[in-house]
Amino acid sequence: MAKAFGIVAPAGGYIKVEGLQDFRPINAFSFLGRYRIIDFPLSSFSNSGIERIQVYATNENPRSLAEHIGSGRIYNINSKRGLLQMMFSKEDFLNEVYNTDIKAYMDNISIIERMHQPYVIITPGYMVFKQDYEQLLEEHVKTGADITLLYHKVNNANTSYRNCFTLNLNRQRGVKSIEMNNGCTADRNIFMDTYVMSKDLFIQLLYDAKVISSIYRMVDIVNSKCEELDIRSVQHKGYFAAITDFKSYYDSNMELLDYDISSEMFSDEWPIYTRTTDSCPVRYINGSSIKNSMVANGCLIEGKVENSVIGRGVEIRKGAVVKNCIVMGHSIIDAGVHIEYQVVDKWAKITNIKQLLAPSDKPGYIKRLDTI
Amino acid sequence: MSKNSMLAMVLAGGRGSRLKDLTNKVAKPAVSFGGKYRIIDFPLSNCANSGIDIVGVLTQYESVLLNSYAAGGRIWGLDSKDSGVFILPPREKADAGLDVYRGTADAISQNIDFIDSYDPEYLLVLSGDHIYKMNYDKMLQAHIDKKADATIAVIGVPKKEASRFGIMNTAEDGRIIEFEEKPEHPKSNLASMGIYIFSWKLLRKMLVADMKNNESNHDFGKDIIPTMLNDGKALYAYKFKGYWKDVGTIDSLWEANMDLLDKSNELNLADPSWKIYTEDAIELPQYIGPDAEVKNAYVTQGCRIEGKVENSVLFTGTTIGKGAKVKDTVLMPGASVAPGAKVTRALIADGVKIGKGAVVGNAKSENILLVAKDVKGGK
Repeated sequence: MAKAFGIVAPAGGYIKVEGLQDFRPINAFSFLGRYRIIDFPLSSFSNSGIERIQVYATNENPRSLAEHIGSGRIYNINSKRGLLQMMFSKEDFLNEVYNTDIKAYMDNISIIERMHQPYVIITPGYMVFKQDYEQLLEEHVKTGADITLLYHKVNNANTSYRNCFTLNLNRQRGVKSIEMNNGCTADRNIFMDTYVMSKDLFIQLLYDAKVISSIYRMVDIVNSKCEELDIRSVQHKGYFAAITDFKSYYDSNMELLDYDISSEMFSDEWPIYTRTTDSCPVRYINGSSIKNSMVANGCLIEGKVENSVIGRGVEIRKGAVVKNCIVMGHSIIDAGVHIEYQVVDKWAKITNIKQLLAPSDKPGYIKRLDTI
Repeated sequence: MSKNSMLAMVLAGGRGSRLKDLTNKVAKPAVSFGGKYRIIDFPLSNCANSGIDIVGVLTQYESVLLNSYAAGGRIWGLDSKDSGVFILPPREKADAGLDVYRGTADAISQNIDFIDSYDPEYLLVLSGDHIYKMNYDKMLQAHIDKKADATIAVIGVPKKEASRFGIMNTAEDGRIIEFEEKPEHPKSNLASMGIYIFSWKLLRKMLVADMKNNESNHDFGKDIIPTMLNDGKALYAYKFKGYWKDVGTIDSLWEANMDLLDKSNELNLADPSWKIYTEDAIELPQYIGPDAEVKNAYVTQGCRIEGKVENSVLFTGTTIGKGAKVKDTVLMPGASVAPGAKVTRALIADGVKIGKGAVVGNAKSENILLVAKDVKGGK
């Protein structure tokens, strides 16, 4: 049995994904046609043998998240030994700055204190990657560090990774400081908002943060302890995406249309679990044409699809053209409609407008349930 | 719902030997169908959607896969406190040695204790190897309304094919007057679908008698139904309209899969109000490559298409390499067609690999070619 329990942290108020986030928290975003972002941290926890997991909800409508994760059974977590808990906290509606992850943890501190596991692994619900946490925990214990942080080395921090933090490391990969990505430097160590530490230290940090500032976040209190504590880092290898703005959501879906990248991310040895909707296979009707796309089950394709991610149960009718788009579940692209570079949210219907094109660097967004 | 008025028993013991190599290691109900399903998903999903809570699955031939697949009933949501799917292979009993199920009726007889433990008023007996969607609750309503002793679901078949089926001759009100098994000169076109509702008390009595009868084949069609008719019991036909197919041969299995290509096909697996449930595959959505061509196809999750596909059904996790051409073909789960290979009018069995540049099948062949072993590539 794992020595750690897992926490899936909520996205801070400073992260906003325009459009999609009006309808659900980031962790419940649909991803690559059939997944939700939360599937990635939860599958990694499960595959690492971590079966006690807390998912922190934010004040955004958690309906779709709750429905999706359910009892945790879909994640292959033992239904007796394991437990997937959704954690709620009373949020401050007057000032968003008070709604920190620390406040959410403090609202549930008695539950955290009762956990049997001596270690905690905290990972975000707004990043897509896979990680063997058992291995990470082993590394953490072996080095004797107080806190181990996970990062990903990138060379495009100047154009991407908005709203992400970066780690400043010494030559032994010790963490000197953590700061917000300022977009000035291309080569950066993007902090994956993933922490490993003992449960006792975690609780201590929560109380310490409370004393210093009511709006301190986990990242702030850890940053303030860089001198005092032994904080080390481990470099993550493999696919990594931070869904911290609209563009990164679009780009990460598109990146995975490269089958070499997606087959590395989705391998048989590290299953990514999600909830089935029992939809039937996809029907391609005569006259359809499809290239370089991922299509989830339940779709009816009669038109032309290129470089796109198509969610479950989507209808692309005769003569429609869908290029470089993300079309989410149950939406309809009506006959003859031509769209490019659009993110079409769920249950939308594009019918009256005949053409909807956006530039490649600024994809458009169609609201959930919208008819246009 | 705590009291189950109707319990279902699914006959899933048959080999289906006309499916040749497809049923070497699995029983016919476990054979894959429609891209992502197994045949037994249809009766079991129908049970779940009809509000039936307890289902017994009678297995016999090569039952290992079926047992692990159906046990627990989770796939069909039949795993709540008062529901369940129970696998019932033949077992050794105190008063008799270990014996096989000698016939369809005997399979039920040998599980009278199981059925009694739920004390149902009605028993639904189903065949585990047909493709159709049906609301058994409506059939039960008809059974109750007619105050029938037994109700048999029937479907109209073309007159010239009627001699292949068990044919019911009925009075105007649907009461069955005569039952003829594969008649040479059929008097009606109402074929039995192998779906029966019995009032359990009566059937129980008959089964107990049948077990002791050495002359009996212990079969519903051959023994139980004729005896009931002889005894003047009230047997009614329940007319079913819709898609129903016995996928007994390679040709008919291929054909039933091809039926799904028709946008307006009657089976309509896309209907959200009557879903067919099946095992969830941990696979990516299907990926269609930059040079692929997909025309009139039924394709499921986990497929990877880089070549050309026309008029075909692709099951979970199949791959088609660059420059390969697949036409009028069914690719069963995990089958792969290597780059440059050409497959026409064939049914490629689970996991079979068609090598680079290989040519398989013939557009003019009368029968569908079953490929159950890997085919080596050309030079």
